[in-house]
Amino acid sequence: MAPTNPGYVSLGERLVLWMDQLWTNVQGSGPYRWSAGMLRRVGLRGHRLVIAVPWLWLVLFFLIPFIIVLKISFAETRWLGTPPYGPLFDWVETQLHIRLNLANYLFLIRDALYVKAFLSSIKVAAVSTVICLLIGYPMAYAIARADLRWRNLLLLLVILPFWTSFLLRVYAWMGLLGSNGPINQLLMALGLIDEPLRMLNTDFAMYIGIVYSYLPFMILPLYSNLEKHDITLLEAAVDLGCKPFKAFLSITLPLSKPGIIAGSMLVFIPAVGEFVIPRLLGGTDSLMIGRVLWDEFFLNRNWPVASAVAIVLLIVLVIPIGIFQHYQMKEAEGEERQ
Amino acid sequence: MKNRSLFLLSALVFGFAFLYIPILSMIVYSFNESRLVTVWGGFSVKWYGELLQNRQLLQSAWLSFRIAAVTATGAVIIGTLAGFVLARFKQFRTRTMFAGMVTAPLVMPEVITGLSLLLLFVALAPLPFVPDTRGFSTITIAHITLTLSYVTVIVRSRLASMDESLEEAAMDLGARPVTVFLKITLPIIAPAMISGWLLAFTLSLDDLVIASFTAGPSTNTLPMMIFSTVRRGITPQINALATIMVGIVTVFVIVAGILMARQERRRQLDMRLAEAAAAAPRG
Repeated sequence: MAPTNPGYVSLGERLVLWMDQLWTNVQGSGPYRWSAGMLRRVGLRGHRLVIAVPWLWLVLFFLIPFIIVLKISFAETRWLGTPPYGPLFDWVETQLHIRLNLANYLFLIRDALYVKAFLSSIKVAAVSTVICLLIGYPMAYAIARADLRWRNLLLLLVILPFWTSFLLRVYAWMGLLGSNGPINQLLMALGLIDEPLRMLNTDFAMYIGIVYSYLPFMILPLYSNLEKHDITLLEAAVDLGCKPFKAFLSITLPLSKPGIIAGSMLVFIPAVGEFVIPRLLGGTDSLMIGRVLWDEFFLNRNWPVASAVAIVLLIVLVIPIGIFQHYQMKEAEGEERQ
Repeated sequence: MKNRSLFLLSALVFGFAFLYIPILSMIVYSFNESRLVTVWGGFSVKWYGELLQNRQLLQSAWLSFRIAAVTATGAVIIGTLAGFVLARFKQFRTRTMFAGMVTAPLVMPEVITGLSLLLLFVALAPLPFVPDTRGFSTITIAHITLTLSYVTVIVRSRLASMDESLEEAAMDLGARPVTVFLKITLPIIAPAMISGWLLAFTLSLDDLVIASFTAGPSTNTLPMMIFSTVRRGITPQINALATIMVGIVTVFVIVAGILMARQERRRQLDMRLAEAAAAAPRG
C-alpha cells in the first residue's frame, strides 16, 4: 500500500480493522480463555486448530461417506424397510458376525447391462474428450497468441457460459435439435433433407451435449499452459529453416502436454459419470453408468446395488483421478517455487 | 503464416458460435408469442408474465438462492483455511492425504458424491442433534463439501503468488499470527475469496444431481424444478427463466470485470508511486 492519501480507509480495510478489534475483545473474554485452555490441553493449538477445521469437515463429509458406501455395497438388499439394506455386523450371543455379501458385485458382473453401461460410458467419455481436444486446442492456441487487448475478452467469452446454468444450456440443445427445431428447419429450407432428421434422443445429441458442456474445461488449462510458452523457441526453429507446422509438432505440442493431460482429465472423469446430459439428450437406450446408478437408486430403490455401482465406478476412475491429482500437485508446487 | 492465422481465426469463430448459438436461440425463443418452437408467432413477453405467476418455481428459486448464499459463505471460510494450510504448512504428517481429499471433489462424478452424502445423512439420522428431515441443511452441507475444493484451489494459488516476506516482517515486528492473518494476509487474498464465493454460489445454484440425492421428498430446489419441467419437453417459460438468468450473470460479470480492472489499475498506480517515492533522494 502506498501512502498516496493517508486519510483514506477503504471499506475492506475498515472491515479488517473491525474484525481485529472483535478478535481482541473475544480473546479477552472468559469463555474464550476457558475454551482456548481446554483446546490447549488436548493438544490443539494455533496452527493445529487451523488444520483441524477443514480436516474434520473433509473426514466427516468426504471420507466417512465413502466408507459407508463401501459398507452398504456389501449389504443385503431389503425391499421393505427403511433404510432398505441389511446390517453388516451382527451380535449373535456376544459374538460379532460380519456378513460380507458379495452378491451385489456378482450381480453387476453377471448382468450384461451393467458391463455394457460401464464400457459405453468409458467410450462416450473418451470420444468426447478427443472431440473437445480437437476443438479446444486451436481455440486455446488462438487465444494465447491473440493480441493482449483481445485476450481478456476472449477468455471472458470462454468462461461466461460456465457461469450460466449448466442445466439450462443442455436444455437449449433440446430445442435446437428437436425434430421441429431450427436446425432441421434450416436443413429442410435448404433442400438438403426432405423430412426432419431424428437428432434429439440419440447418441449424436449426447455427444454434442457433453462436448458443449465440457469444452471450457478443456480450453482453460490448455490456455494457461500455452500462454506461458516462450515464443522465441518457435522463432528460432523457423529461422533455422523449420516449417511452421513441424515446429508446432516438435516444440509446442510436447511443451503443452501438461495442459492436454489436465484438460482431458477434467473432461473425461466427470463425463464418465454424467447423468443430466444422457437423460435429457440421449435416447432411452443410451447406457451411461451415471444414469444406471441414478435409476438403481431412485427407481428401483436398490441402495446396495447402487453403492456397488458407485464403488466400481470409483475403481474405474482411480487411475485418471490419480493422474489429475499428480498433475495438480506438480502445478501447485511449481507455482509456489516461483 | 497467413494460412495459419486464417485457421486459428476460423477455429475461434466456429468455437464461439458453438458455445453461444444455443444460448442465443434460447433468448430469441423466450420472446416467441407461440408455444410451438416451429412457428414464430410474433414478439411477446407473455412467458415472462407467466413465469412471475408460477409460485412453485419462485419458491424453489428463493430456496436455491438461500442455499447458495450459505454454501458460498461456508465454503469460503473452510476453503480459505484449507488453502492456507496447503500453501503455508509445508510439513505435517497427513499433508498428502489432506491435499488429495481437498481436490478430489473437483473431478468426482456428482452421482458418487450425492449418493455417498445421502447414505451418510441416513446413517446419522438416528443420532441426537441431527435433524431427521432432509432439506435445506443437508443440501447446504453437501454443497459446501463440493465447492470448498474450488475455493481452496483459488485461495491457494493466490497465496502461492503472494510475497511471504510481508507476513514474516509483521511476525518479526511482534504481531501475533492471528493479527498477521487479519491485517496482512486477508486483505491480499480478499479478491481470491470473493471470486471463490461467487464460484461457489454459482455452482450451488446450478447443481441438480447432488441436491436430488440429499434433498428430502418435500424439498425442491430450482434445478430440480427445472429438470422435472424440461424432462417433459420444451417450455417457453423455461426459456424466459434462462434469459433472465443469463442476463443477470452477464451484467454481473461485466460489472465485476470493470471493477477488477479499475482496482488493478489503482494498485499499479500505487506501486509506481511507491517506487518513485523509494527512489527519490531523501533530505
